[in-house]
Amino acid sequence: MQQPQETMLLKGNEAIALAAIRCGCDGFFGYPITPQSEILETLCKEKPWETTGMTVLQAESELASINMVYAGGATGKKVMTSSSSPGVALMQEGITYMAGAEIPGVIVNVQRGGPGLGTIQPSQADYFQSTRGGGNGDYEVIVLAPSSVQEMADFIGLAFELAFRYRNPALILSDGVIGQMMEKVVLPPQQPRLTEAEIAQRYPWAATGRSKNRGSNYFTSLELHPEAQEKHNLHLQEKYARIRKNEVRYEEYQCEDATYLIVAFGSAARMAQKAIEDLRKKGIRAGMLRPITLWPFPSERIAQLSTQVKGILCTEINAGQMVQDIRLAVEGRTPVFHYGRLGGMVPTPDEIENALTEMIDNFSNENHE
Amino acid sequence: MKTLQDILQPQNLVYTKPTLMNDRPMHYCPGCSHGMVHKMVAEIIEEMNLTDHTIGICPVGCAVFAYNYLDIDWIEAAHGRAPACASAVSRMWPGHLVFTYQGDGDFACIGTGESIHAMNRGENITIIFINNAIYGMTGGQMAPTTLMGMKTSTCPYGRRADLHGFPLKMTEIAATLEGTCYVTRQSVHNVAAIQRAKKAIRKAFTNSLEKRGTSLVEIVSTCNAGWKLSPVEANRWMEQHMFPFYPLGDLKDTTEQQ
Ligand SMILES: Cc1ncc(C[n+]2csc(CCOP(=O)(O)OP(=O)(O)O)c2C)c(N)n1
Ligand code: SF4
Ligand SMILES: [Mg+2]
Repeated sequence: MQQPQETMLLKGNEAIALAAIRCGCDGFFGYPITPQSEILETLCKEKPWETTGMTVLQAESELASINMVYAGGATGKKVMTSSSSPGVALMQEGITYMAGAEIPGVIVNVQRGGPGLGTIQPSQADYFQSTRGGGNGDYEVIVLAPSSVQEMADFIGLAFELAFRYRNPALILSDGVIGQMMEKVVLPPQQPRLTEAEIAQRYPWAATGRSKNRGSNYFTSLELHPEAQEKHNLHLQEKYARIRKNEVRYEEYQCEDATYLIVAFGSAARMAQKAIEDLRKKGIRAGMLRPITLWPFPSERIAQLSTQVKGILCTEINAGQMVQDIRLAVEGRTPVFHYGRLGGMVPTPDEIENALTEMIDNFSNENHE
Repeated sequence: MKTLQDILQPQNLVYTKPTLMNDRPMHYCPGCSHGMVHKMVAEIIEEMNLTDHTIGICPVGCAVFAYNYLDIDWIEAAHGRAPACASAVSRMWPGHLVFTYQGDGDFACIGTGESIHAMNRGENITIIFINNAIYGMTGGQMAPTTLMGMKTSTCPYGRRADLHGFPLKMTEIAATLEGTCYVTRQSVHNVAAIQRAKKAIRKAFTNSLEKRGTSLVEIVSTCNAGWKLSPVEANRWMEQHMFPFYPLGDLKDTTEQQ
C-alpha cells in the first residue's frame, strides 16, 4: 500500500481529508458547517471505505460526532471529527468525557467568528475554548495550531501520534483562512490501517472484546468516591505535566537579534511574518515566536525571550486571548501589547506593522518623560 | 434426612449464577428490574459464546455501573449518547455484538436525537431500553415515559398534559423507522415474562450479528424505590397501570418474513 509522497495544490480542508486517509485513519464522524464542510465532502468523494476501509459517517449532530469519536477511540481505532466554532462548542461534552476516560481521538476546529452563530469568516476566538477546556472539570487538551496547508496535512498524523501516546484528545485549531486557502502540499505516503491483532497488542487497554487472557476493559469517567476521583485527577495532572515537559512545539523567525518580539499563531503568524519582513527593511529588528502547540504553551521560551526584547506584541484574530498566556509567562519582565481584529475581520500585515511601530513610539515617549 | 452435602451435588443443580456476572454486590434496590435484565444479558452472551467479541455501552442512569457487574468490555456513554457510541463501535468492529443498555431518561429524553438517528440508520446494534417511567438514579423525577396522573418528585400532584405534556412512546416511533428490524416490548415481572424477554434479547443479538439493522427491546420495568412501593406492590402497579399504556409484545419483526 506504500505510495510515494505526492505534491498537490490543495485547500487546507482538503489536505486534512487526504492526510487523514493516508495516515491510516479508521473513522471520520462529522456534521457539515462552514468553513470546513470540504473535509467531510472530500472524504465522501474519495470513498476511502473502498480502499483503506476507513469509515466516513455524516452524523446527526456534532454531539453525536464527538460521542462517536469517544467510543471509536475507546476501541483503539484512529478516529476523528472536524467542525467549526459553534459545532465545537457542542462537542465540549464529549471532549471532557474523552479526557476523563483517557480516550485518544482527534478534533479539528476550522474557526469562524463568534459569539453565537457569529460569522462564517475566519477567527481565532476559540483559543480560550481550546486551551482552557470548554467542558467541565480539570482537564487539558493537546492543541496544535497549523499556519499553512502543509501543516494541516502534517498535523493530522502528529495529532494521532500524541493522542495515542498520552491517551488524550488532541485538537487541531485552524481557522477559515488556512481551511480555505490553497497551497502546495506534500502529502504523506499511505500508511496501512492497524489490524485487529496489532490494536490488541499495541493498545491492551482498548475495548476489543474481552479475551480469555485478560479481564474486562471498560471506559468510564465516573467515580463516586471523592478519594478515588482525586487520585484519578492527580494521575491526569501527572500526565499533563509530562506533556508540558515533552511536547512543547514552536517556531522562531528572526529572533536571534530581535529587540521586539511578535507572538502569533496560525494564520495570524502568516500576516505577522510579512509585517516583520517590512519592519526589518525599515531597520526595526523585529522577530516572531509562533507557538505550534497552544497547549502545552511555550511559556519557558517566551520567558527567556522576554529578557532579550524591549517589548512583545501579540497579534491574534480575537480580542486578546493568547496574550494572557504570554503575560503569565513574561511575569512583567517586559511590556506586552495586543493587536487583534474581531468578528471575522483579519488583520493585514500593514496593521500589524503599525501596531508595532505604535508600541515602539509609546516606549520612546515614556523614556522622554 | 439428607445432609447439605447430599444436596450439593451436580445432578441436583437447578440454577447457577452466570459466570459473566461478577461477585460484586449490586447497588440495585431489591425488586428492581435492572438486576434481572443484567442477569439475562449475561446468560445470553455466555450461551451464545460471544464474550470475546461483545462490547456493551452503558448509560447514565441507575445502570451506570453495569461494567461492575458484567465481565465484558464496556464503554460508558455520556447521558443519552449511547446509540451514537454504539454506532461508532459497530462500525469499528463490524464483527462484534454491540448493544446499549439505557433507561427512559437516557434513551427517550436527553438522547432522543441519537436514539432515533442510530435506529434510522439501521445500525447493526441492539438497544435494551429499561422503561420504568421515572428517573431512578437522580431520585424519582418525571421521565418522558411517566404516565398521566403519575406522581414523581417533579410532578408531585401527578402528571398533567397542560403542565408536562404527554408520555412518549419511543418504541412505537422506533417501529415506524426503516432502519429497525425488530422492535418488541417485554417485561420481567414473572417467570413466563422473563423467558419471553430472554428469547427477545437473544433474537435481537442474533439480528445484530447478522447485520439486519437495529433491534429495540423495551423492558417495561419497575422502580419500586422511585414509585415508593414494595417490590410486590410495584409489580402489581406495573401490571395495572403500565401494561395498558405500554402493551407487551412485538411491534415489528421483519426477520420473521425472511
Ligand atoms: C448531562 C447530564 N444531565 C443530567 C444528568 C443527571 N442524571 C443522571 S441519571 C439521570 C436520569 C436517569 O434516568 P433513566 O435514564 O430513566 O434511568 P434509570 O435511573 O431510571 O434507570 C439524570 C437526569 C447527567 N448525569 N448528565
Ligand atoms: S432507584 Fe429505581 S431503577 Fe434505580 S435501582 Fe432503585 S429501583 Fe432500580
Ligand atoms: Mg428510568
